[in-house]
Amino acid sequence: MRTVYLDNNATTQVAPEVTEAMMPFFNDLWGNPSSMHYFGGQVAKYVEEARAKLAALLGAEPSEIVFTSCGTESDNTAIKGAINAAGRRMRVITTRVEHPAVLSPCRDLQEQGYDIVEIGVNEKGSLDLDELESALEQGPAVVSIMWANNETGVIFPIRKIARMVKESGGVIHTDAVQAVGKIPIDLKKVPVDMLSLSGHKLHAPKGIGALYVRKGTKLKTFLMGGHQEHGRRGGTENVPYIVGLGRAAELAAAHMDEETSRVSKLRDRLEKGLLETCPDSRINGDTEHRLPNTTNISFQYIEGEAVLYHLSDLGVCASSGSACTSGSLEPSHVIRAMGVPFTAAHGSTRFSFSRYNTDEDVDYLLENMPKIVDRLRNLSPFV
Amino acid sequence: MWDYTGKVLEHFRNPRNVGAIENPDGVGEVGSLACGDALKLTFKLDETKERIADAKFQTFGCASAIASSSALTEIIKGMTIEEAADVTNQHIADYLGGLPEQKMHCSVMGREALEVAIENYHTGDTSKKILAGKVICTCFGVTEEEIEEVVRENSLTEVEQVTNYCKAGGGCGACHEDIQGVIDRITAELEKAKGKEAAPRKMTVLQKIRLIEETMEREIRPMLKKDGGDIELIDVEGNNVIVSFRGMCAQCNVAEITLKDVVEAKLREFVSQDILVEEDK
Repeated sequence: MRTVYLDNNATTQVAPEVTEAMMPFFNDLWGNPSSMHYFGGQVAKYVEEARAKLAALLGAEPSEIVFTSCGTESDNTAIKGAINAAGRRMRVITTRVEHPAVLSPCRDLQEQGYDIVEIGVNEKGSLDLDELESALEQGPAVVSIMWANNETGVIFPIRKIARMVKESGGVIHTDAVQAVGKIPIDLKKVPVDMLSLSGHKLHAPKGIGALYVRKGTKLKTFLMGGHQEHGRRGGTENVPYIVGLGRAAELAAAHMDEETSRVSKLRDRLEKGLLETCPDSRINGDTEHRLPNTTNISFQYIEGEAVLYHLSDLGVCASSGSACTSGSLEPSHVIRAMGVPFTAAHGSTRFSFSRYNTDEDVDYLLENMPKIVDRLRNLSPFV
Repeated sequence: MWDYTGKVLEHFRNPRNVGAIENPDGVGEVGSLACGDALKLTFKLDETKERIADAKFQTFGCASAIASSSALTEIIKGMTIEEAADVTNQHIADYLGGLPEQKMHCSVMGREALEVAIENYHTGDTSKKILAGKVICTCFGVTEEEIEEVVRENSLTEVEQVTNYCKAGGGCGACHEDIQGVIDRITAELEKAKGKEAAPRKMTVLQKIRLIEETMEREIRPMLKKDGGDIELIDVEGNNVIVSFRGMCAQCNVAEITLKDVVEAKLREFVSQDILVEEDK
């Protein structure tokens, strides 16, 4: 059975070039970069090279990159680190459609007595900037707003948001886990203070992430320990994975044009084809401001988990915002925040591409998806 | 992915008895699009009106909801109405070789649809299940009666289990205390029933005192000592056990709760259901 992998917002294939770059650091160059001998010391320059490559992808200075273990660690560090460094009680502003890696620490702060404001979105998943404006008027805050949404791919106007926050005297962090490597990012032009990213979303392995911290940003160390990462994150550097992330960043920069042209064409062809061949289907999210690789489609009157299991039987990997796939009893918080009607919410299905997808993948899905939809609708009491 | 059994996946991939019977003898519709799953069950009796000759289903829902509906129709075919009325959600889950705990509500949906269909057969009422009793979970519209039923049938002891079985408490969470109340009430009822069944142990006073001492030493004292407390047996009069708290327990604000929830509960469990514990102050 062939595997058609269309779940790249969940995780991506490790690029062969990345694996290749990492291998020497398991087998030969396994020293500790902090050591005072040639064997460890020689490794440090590879860490710094990786840092420079990642910084280049973001338009940042190498010294502004802190390597972490994952996107979740970066998000937690940014939010709690900024709050703890503030030296006074600051409010926290975020959105209703953030990833749990942001929402959970925010809600934890709420339990500790902090004021939390969650900005809503409209039916297209776009942020209500007026609501943000009035939240910012209440006084300086630590703001965490994602660059692009993992479920719908909707991109927020992060440059404008960052300016608004800076003018209000606040601190702005953005969870860019889904954006980095998929769309061009230039932090010289976007004045965010902090940005989170995760390696395994851009063809590096799981277990490596980074936090961009703009020079001068006050941040209390989250993971305390040694002097690594200039004291901003303790723990011996995960050298092979850092090298892998550096290589992945380099590849992402080289493939950026392909991502925004060929990958988005694949996505668009799938989307158009599905809307034509599957009646009563709809796209969730603003199609104008969206990642090039993501589509979120609701097939009305059928349920997402059943769709995924039938797809999986055919070797197709996708994901869903239905209640049953999350283990909770309600559809995803993103889909609910957008006010997607229940008839469509439970049948929302996400297909997310990468540069490894082909036209054949799209053909295969277009051939099979209508059959699955028909089959489940024939079972449904609502059709 | 969910840890579905081969049988669940097989029924999901090849559901039996899909569709709706024309002029059925019984119709049961439960669930809704908003809830994320819904089931319409129809059945027809044989010519002598004795047994269920055919049953069909239509389901909107996940893989286990479809499999549970398919299993339900297979189970009830050939049954008398009385036999079908005794089918529980556990029968459906067992037929499928089990369901993941968080998916047990799919089997409950099957049992509910069957209940409504049988009710429809008896009364001719074709409307959806009339909500009986007080609604406890407003997010998913689950009544006290429905919660009682899943707690009783499946011997549930925790709120989370109730959520897994009938969705109650799975939304805003405001009803968790009420659900716990139902669990406590049913558990107490079941305990009481069990106590009646088991013949009370005949013991001499001396045997009883010894058993109380042993139970205190083994079951109760270690728990109290962890918090820097201790307990001493003062007297036994019939079923009345008089004790005294020592150490931290003596000044503890929640000593009364400890007395009932720990000391009395353990002595009832290991000595006699009729034990009453009092504190000698």
